[in-house]
Amino acid sequence: MTIEVKNIVKKFGSFAALDNVDLKVDQGELLALLGPSGSGKTTLLRIIAGLDWPDAGEVLIDGENALARGASERHVGFVFQHYALFRHMTVFENVAFGLRVQPRAIRKDEATIRARVKELLDLVQLDWLSDRYPSQLSGGQRQRIALARALAIEPRILLLDEPFGALDAKVRKELRQWLRSLHSEIHVTSIFVTHDQEEALEVANRVVVMDKGRIEQIGTPGEVYDHPATAFVHGFIGESIVLPVDVSGGSVRLGGRPLNIAANGAASGASKLFVRRHDMQIGPAGSGSLEGAVRHVRSFGPIQRAEVALSGGEGKTIIEIDAPRDRELQAGEIVSLQPRRYRIFAAQD
Amino acid sequence: MSTQSSVVTSATELRAYAPTADLTVSPPPSRIERARPRTGTSPDNLRTEPGPVRFIIITLAVTFLSVFVVLPLVVVFASAFSKGIGTYLAALGEPEALSAIKLTLLVAAISVTLNLVFGVIAAWAIAKFDFTGKTFLITLIDLPFSVSPVISGLVFVLLFGAQGFFGTWLQAHDIHILFAVPGIALATIFVTFPFVARSLIPLMQEQGTQEEEAAISLGASGLQTFFRVTLPNIKWGLLYGVLLCNARAMGEFGAVSVVSGHIRGETNTMPLLVEILYNEYQFVASFAIASLLAMLALITLVVKTVLERRLDEGQEPRDH
Ligand SMILES: Nc1ncnc2c1ncn2[C@@H]1O[C@H](COP(=O)(O)OP(=O)(O)OP(=O)(O)O)[C@@H](O)[C@H]1O
Ligand SMILES: [Mg+2]
Repeated sequence: MTIEVKNIVKKFGSFAALDNVDLKVDQGELLALLGPSGSGKTTLLRIIAGLDWPDAGEVLIDGENALARGASERHVGFVFQHYALFRHMTVFENVAFGLRVQPRAIRKDEATIRARVKELLDLVQLDWLSDRYPSQLSGGQRQRIALARALAIEPRILLLDEPFGALDAKVRKELRQWLRSLHSEIHVTSIFVTHDQEEALEVANRVVVMDKGRIEQIGTPGEVYDHPATAFVHGFIGESIVLPVDVSGGSVRLGGRPLNIAANGAASGASKLFVRRHDMQIGPAGSGSLEGAVRHVRSFGPIQRAEVALSGGEGKTIIEIDAPRDRELQAGEIVSLQPRRYRIFAAQD
Repeated sequence: MSTQSSVVTSATELRAYAPTADLTVSPPPSRIERARPRTGTSPDNLRTEPGPVRFIIITLAVTFLSVFVVLPLVVVFASAFSKGIGTYLAALGEPEALSAIKLTLLVAAISVTLNLVFGVIAAWAIAKFDFTGKTFLITLIDLPFSVSPVISGLVFVLLFGAQGFFGTWLQAHDIHILFAVPGIALATIFVTFPFVARSLIPLMQEQGTQEEEAAISLGASGLQTFFRVTLPNIKWGLLYGVLLCNARAMGEFGAVSVVSGHIRGETNTMPLLVEILYNEYQFVASFAIASLLAMLALITLVVKTVLERRLDEGQEPRDH
């Protein structure tokens, strides 16, 4: 099944939670919706599921106008940000719910329902919990039950709203891998909301980056990381050093001092220079276009992270860079820095 | 687990985990602790006052309750049985008494049923939807509590009385509302309306719409969602509201007195009959009826306590 969202606008009062969102999800895809809190991710999912209605735009599920149907007729599996398990039902009954409320004409008999629920609980590896109540489960278990419950109705598409949001890092990681292998097993078209970039990059085939109700970029994890389309994406995905620069006639200046880098076609005017922390080359003093004093060094794993106070310009600019361990840095040392790979975006304001 | 910080949501839970005097930093309770039914904060934890002070406060409270609550109850029963159980039963068997009991039960049944339906609808609308005029509606629901019952009764007289707003029309069509069962039922419904809605609104607001949305996304219809998800979640609160509503409906005096007309054997409810008999110096008969109302109160009290416990348990650890 494919999902197509066309020019969706959703307003709460005068505030646009979704501002002309366009998105196409292919058959069998696992798409991650990534964005900061309040960027409209949940709102978009709710509109696709039929729990909210857009002020303008279209939603097509498998080419068919979904807005003509209510949520209960869309056959969309929804896993809620806060699980929303039925607290007065056992785990078994929670998963069976979608099968029990089917219209009488197509409802399965009790034995079939039981077998199906058992199968789903096996799939999420929690069959031993079937008589428990939601309040007696751990967060990760609740999450998996919520997923089993959504899968019970054999949904045409699956929407997961920050499925691992409330879990600790280790459980998140486990569930993340588990979700990916589950997806490759059942292959249902899925959208997966997260504000954790690592999660998005690791799990999804494609990533949609949202900000303030707009889609900033759609691409594979590699594309959004290596070729961010906007300043927002560069700053949001991966850690970046951001420096305010001036571009004029192909040369780039920081606080009046020319940087020895090409403008790469960036328009003249106030701009922002984005460099990944590990893309800043460190050399002996005098060898690069930026210079600064190392203030503090922390080493972990294969890298050392150094805080460098840039010299020159007004005020003190302190940046954090990642350097390999082969050349030990000392606090107080003067080093020169040269961006290896970088992007220049026009300053927003 | 990181979920624990978000689990303590309801006021009940916060109360139960409130730091005690000798333990300022209380660790988050383990899952096992939370799963265990709680019986409330142990009184030991509240021992912050010196002994004598505590003694005086408790004595004061007990004395006050004895004089103003227990004593009248004892008097009611003592007076009712003062001429022996035979006279007591005979008084209850009087046609006038039987008619009052029947009328009271009928009016209670009507008003509780209607208030149950409208109370749930009002609470649903207020708790689960956002609309303009919501605050106004909430205020409106509380109106019967803030208006004197006599005034409530008078409103119906002004509406349906012979000189009232609809009076002429009603007379022309030979419809009797005032000084008849419909009037008494209307007045009772008005006075008891807030109970069901009030006991449900906070409960439903706290539960939010998430489970309902989940049900709908799983294909449930509106009715299925209500009966399978919403109702089970509010059933104890609903029973609680119904119980209080019933107690008030059977015991209502002021509003009913205004609209009843006091037609003997026809429009006298139990509370009205108690007053009439008392004024006619039939003390045993009067207190016999009163003893029934007192028993209703006692039963209500017991059931209320049980329900409150269930409500507290219903707010045990939840998943959001
Ligand atoms: N019912 C509502 N009424 C008014 N504003 C709303 C409503 N629902 C959402 N919003 C607003 O719309 C914006 C987008 O909300 P949404 O829940 O989609 O964000 P999100 O991307 O899911 O954020 P998070 O990561 O925190 O879950 C927010 O600014 C929010 O305040
Ligand atoms: Mg959200």
